[in-house]
Amino acid sequence: MNIVVCVKYVPDATADRKFEDDNTVDRVGVDGLLSELDEYAVEQALQFREKRDGEDIEVTALCVGPEKAVDAVRKALQMGADKGVHVVDDAIAGSDAIATSLVLAKAIEKIGPADLVVCGMASTDAGMSVVPAMLAERLGLPQVTLASVVESQGDQVRVKRDNEGSTEVIGATLPIVLSVTDQSGEARYPSFKGIMAAKKKPLETLALGDLGVDAGEVGLSVAWSQVEDTAARPPRTAGEIVTDEDGSGATALVEFLASKKFI
Amino acid sequence: MSEVLVVVDHADGEVKKPTYELLTIARRLGEPSAVFFGSPDQGDAVAEKVKKYGAAKVYVVDDAQIKGFLVAPKAEALQQLAGQAQPAAILLPSTFENKEVAARLAIKIGSGLITDAVDVAEGGVTTQSVFAGNFTVQAKVTEGTPIITVKPNSAAPEEAEGAGAVEAFAATISDAAKTAQIVASQPRQSTGRPDLTEAAIVVSGGRGTGGNFEPVEGFADSLGAAVGASRAAVDSGWMPHAFQVGQTGKTVSPQLYVANGISGAIQHRAGMQTSKTIVAVNKDPEAPIFELVDFGVVGDLHTVLPAATEQVNARKG
Ligand SMILES: Cc1cc2nc3c(=O)[nH]c(=O)nc-3n(C[C@H](O)[C@H](O)[C@H](O)COP(=O)(O)OP(=O)(O)OC[C@H]3O[C@@H](n4cnc5c(N)ncnc54)[C@H](O)[C@@H]3O)c2cc1C
Ligand SMILES: Nc1ncnc2c1ncn2[C@@H]1O[C@H](COP(=O)(O)O)[C@@H](O)[C@H]1O
Repeated sequence: MNIVVCVKYVPDATADRKFEDDNTVDRVGVDGLLSELDEYAVEQALQFREKRDGEDIEVTALCVGPEKAVDAVRKALQMGADKGVHVVDDAIAGSDAIATSLVLAKAIEKIGPADLVVCGMASTDAGMSVVPAMLAERLGLPQVTLASVVESQGDQVRVKRDNEGSTEVIGATLPIVLSVTDQSGEARYPSFKGIMAAKKKPLETLALGDLGVDAGEVGLSVAWSQVEDTAARPPRTAGEIVTDEDGSGATALVEFLASKKFI
Repeated sequence: MSEVLVVVDHADGEVKKPTYELLTIARRLGEPSAVFFGSPDQGDAVAEKVKKYGAAKVYVVDDAQIKGFLVAPKAEALQQLAGQAQPAAILLPSTFENKEVAARLAIKIGSGLITDAVDVAEGGVTTQSVFAGNFTVQAKVTEGTPIITVKPNSAAPEEAEGAGAVEAFAATISDAAKTAQIVASQPRQSTGRPDLTEAAIVVSGGRGTGGNFEPVEGFADSLGAAVGASRAAVDSGWMPHAFQVGQTGKTVSPQLYVANGISGAIQHRAGMQTSKTIVAVNKDPEAPIFELVDFGVVGDLHTVLPAATEQVNARKG
């Protein structure tokens, strides 16, 4: 069985994230890492394999991104993925989710028929939560998204998920595209053994040509939406802060709310 | 004038406020047509509601073939409807489900997609708030029919009389779209409080509650507010995940956000930073949440909130 887990390399959310002059996300000047939300995807892919002891299951970590993005694949290998694929090509820079999903879909087809594609619930930079649905559309597979609990038996998968007004159980038959939330269970840390073992695991680098994708189909200039302007939010003007002493805090708070007509 | 398709946000036929916001926004781009996925019996009642906000047409799409499955059937139906109506734009309320519907639709009809807009101006220029609210981005769809998902509270609903002509739309759903089946669904119990994402006031609690949400809930009720929670409070099992505010929970943009016993981590800010007025109660004067506030109280929420609740209730008489 083939499991492909899609891992994105994103700017560290706790660093000062910014944009380039062409309004694309600065992925080079800001420290990056494997998107924390994709660690949950790696974790679920590994658990899927571990729960099926004795079956021949290979987990491939797949990332589309610049040179440095290989770090995201490495981290997934250290956590326990068997094999890595990194698609890197200058033409990809500035791609929107539509083009990214095209490259990912072609790469998944190239890796071999996937029985299970696992994604995070959202990237921590763009945060659109659309790539898994786009992959399902492109690959013609059932989409089972935003799972908080994943169970499987044979080729049947059942997940639990929180929807807007309800909790749902979704059932589907492999192959599927699955996305998992941060409620699905803490991701493991790479062990020392895992880090050492990762160095010997196969890590393939592919360019657009290897996937049969034309450079003219991807990248900033052909994106189906364009960012026209980016601006840092003006800092909030410092507010009034009071220290509570014998009930003075509550009174001041209520007066503030009344002055703003909230009461 | 071209049609603008607006997907109706509703719970079992009960139209929700974001629908009216979307219809208001849609009028900047063309003539709004509401798209109601639901039971055909409810079509007329929905039309009565949405025509008050300018819906010229109301497409009623029977969801008998749709509601038992995830996302894919809705995208197919919208593809077929877009083929017929040739709209100038397609607007959807920004929920996880609708974002996925929009994603599939974008691929199907070869159109660009913008998610989580907080404003859409004439000409289709959108405003988004990104990087945990630290940046504002202006963007535009440049290919195909703009598909835009819009966050709640992005516009004040403005009434405008529309014809509200009901039109049944028969979508053909392929078997391939019916492969992810909703086997069971358990509606969440209503708290009787306003919806978190739509509420004008949100009162939240974090780890600092120590698991006792009574002071938070009491204060929320005195203000007629929704209750929210940080992930720490959710992970501790004190509140259901549906109440989580932040990057992996709900994004809220109310008139007033009151954070109690919440430190203000970047992932929490991502869900509340665009609130108009921010207030915090926290016993640590160094808590990062105080960098955001319009008003802050350094103090113990377990004493400050009950006292404030009492005063608010007294003022209301
Ligand atoms: C990928 C990812 C996604 C995440 N998504 C989210 C998300 O969607 N939403 C979210 O909230 N977090 C999210 N987090 C977690 C986030 O990083 C923080 O850990 C979390 O927000 C902390 O919650 P907290 O502020 O309640 O707890 P803490 O950080 O522990 O803060 C508790 C605060 O309460 C104060 N306090 C304690 N006792 C009292 C008292 N008696 N009275 C008043 N104040 C008191 C303390 O001074 C402290 O400031 C995410 C993290 C990751 C890595
Ligand atoms: N460039 C990428 N490389 C690998 N996986 C990606 C990439 N972009 C998105 N994904 C996957 O799609 C999920 C959702 O991303 P998004 O739609 O951007 O929020 C992520 O959690 C990843 O699993």
